[in-house]
This record gives sequence, structure tokens and C-alpha cells, in this order.
Amino acid sequence: MFRLLASTGITSLLIFYCFGEVSAQDAQPSDDEVNTIAKQLYCPVCENVPLDVCGTKACAQWRDDISDKLADGWNEEQIKQYFSDRYGIRVLAHPPTQGFNMLFWLLPPVSIIIAWFLVLRTNHNIFRKKHMYKQSIAKQVRAEEYIGQLENDLEQWR
Amino acid sequence: MTQTTLRNTSPKLDKERIPRMFWGKLLVWGLFTALMLLLGIKLYQTTLGPVSRGTAPDFTLTTFGGDSYTLSDHKGQLIVINFWASWCGPCELEADALEQAWRQYRNHGVMFLGINYVDTENEALAYLKKWGVTYPNGPDIRTSISQDYRIKGVPETYIIAQDGTIAGTVIGPIEYNNLTNALDLLLNQ
Repeated sequence: MFRLLASTGITSLLIFYCFGEVSAQDAQPSDDEVNTIAKQLYCPVCENVPLDVCGTKACAQWRDDISDKLADGWNEEQIKQYFSDRYGIRVLAHPPTQGFNMLFWLLPPVSIIIAWFLVLRTNHNIFRKKHMYKQSIAKQVRAEEYIGQLENDLEQWR
Repeated sequence: MTQTTLRNTSPKLDKERIPRMFWGKLLVWGLFTALMLLLGIKLYQTTLGPVSRGTAPDFTLTTFGGDSYTLSDHKGQLIVINFWASWCGPCELEADALEQAWRQYRNHGVMFLGINYVDTENEALAYLKKWGVTYPNGPDIRTSISQDYRIKGVPETYIIAQDGTIAGTVIGPIEYNNLTNALDLLLNQ
């Protein structure tokens, strides 16, 4: 009987402890949880400073807003969507790759490709000119050899 | 050798290659020019200050209460547009002046619109309650209005004349006397 009571008590304590932990987490998200989302956002007031390290009052309010929303059960995507809808996509560290925004993703690689293309083309042209010059000299030499051979053949034929 | 000679001198092949090279170069230079133009336009826009003359950019503001105000619908009316935020210290310096002016001029056909810039709704509502602001206020969704007016920060106040043009711009906290003088002047025109 004592064993039964003791095991029931311990089990109840464990269950209470576990649920207590979960409800506490729901009530107040940790700074790490908030910063996981905050580092993916940029407040327009402080350009180029991620929200997780931004020290202004505006950023602190945004972080509080994220914390409140996490506590309300919002997930990361929903929160990012909310901030994007309310403040514009420029607050996102990684704007969606669709529509006009695609341009911002495509421009850097396209610029690099164009630059490489121009470099390769210039190199190719320089190489081609050198090659053509060598070829023309070789051709001239071979033409002289050919003419000499032809003249010899003609002499022999006569 | 003979083939090489033919390739280099064939007029037919040269005719094909030249236009192909031309279009290729045109495409590359076209892309490069477009990129430079885009960068130039963006750089130019950043050097421009707030809108200070001409027709005021039109916008629709949905207030925290859900009412909707479109600027162009209020042509013929004197309008004061104020950009503010709850996190902005200097905004608090002008909050009372704006509210007093609104109460004084609301019956003279003057419209006040508060545009809440990059703020959280809870904090914005708390600010409005703290300062007893009663004129229409709403968030600048996607910061589209502030971008159209090219604001450099908050607070900024724009006075729109009855013909829809910008009659005055105040960067920083506006003072009650300056605001009422400007409104009197425009109302008596």
C-alpha cells in the first residue's frame, strides 16, 4: 500500500513537473526562440542591422511583438509573413524569390556570368589574333614552299 | 590548312558571324546599361529629400479603428499629415500641439491624419491613449505612404492645401503656433 501511494505520488509529481514546464514555455518564449526569428528580420529604422542585435527602442518593440506572437502559438513562418505584410518585404533577410524580387537574386550571378563572359571573350580574341598572326606567317612560308615545289615540278615536266 | 584558309576568308561565314557577334554584344551591353540605370535611379532617389512641392502623393489610410481615408477624396479640404511612431521621443514633443490644433480646426474643415510609421499596434495604441489623440490615425502598411513622401524619419508633418498640393513640410517636431499660423494663412486664402 505504501509503495503504491509512493509511486502514485512520484508519478503525479513527474506529470505536474512536465506539464508545468510546457505551460511555462508557452507563456514566455526564451530569448533564443525570439532571436531565431529576429535575426531573419531587419527593422527599416536601423538599416543593415538584424533585429536580434539592434539596440533601438523600435527593434525592442518588434522583438516583444515576436515574443507575444510566439506565446500566442504563432509559428516562425506566420510571424515572418505578418512582419512582411505589415512593413513590407524589405524587412525580410531573405525576400521571397518571386516576381520582381527575383531580379535581386538573379542580378549578382548574372553580373558575374557577364563579367566572366567578357573576360573570356577578350582573352579569346587576343589569343585568336596571336594565333592568326602565327598562322599567316606559317601560311606564307608554306606558300613559298609550295610555289618552289610547283616550279620544280614544272621544270621537271618541261 | 586549306580548310582553315577557307574558314577565315569565306564571305558567307563572315556574314553569319558578324550579326551574331553584334546581337551578342548588344545584349551584354544592354544588360549592363540597364543595371547601371537601375542603380543610378536608386542612388538618385536616395539623394532626394522629402516631397516638398507639387501635388501630394495620393494614398489610402486605414485607421486602427478600421475607417478608410483616401487623400484624393478630400480635395478642397486642408489636410495635415503627420508621420509618427511610439518609439520616437521627439514625436511626444508635438503630440499635444497636434491634438490641440485638431480640436481647434476640425470645425473649420481641416482634416488631420496621423500615419504611424514602423510601429507595433499595441505600442501605437498605447501612445495614442497616453496623449489623448482623437484625430484619425493608422499604420503605414508596408511603409508605402512614407516611401511615397520620401520621409527621412519621424516626426514629419505635411500640410496639403485645398488644391491638393503640398503647402508646407516640417521636419522634426512641429510647434503649435507655427501650425496654427500656417493653417490660418491657408484658410484665409
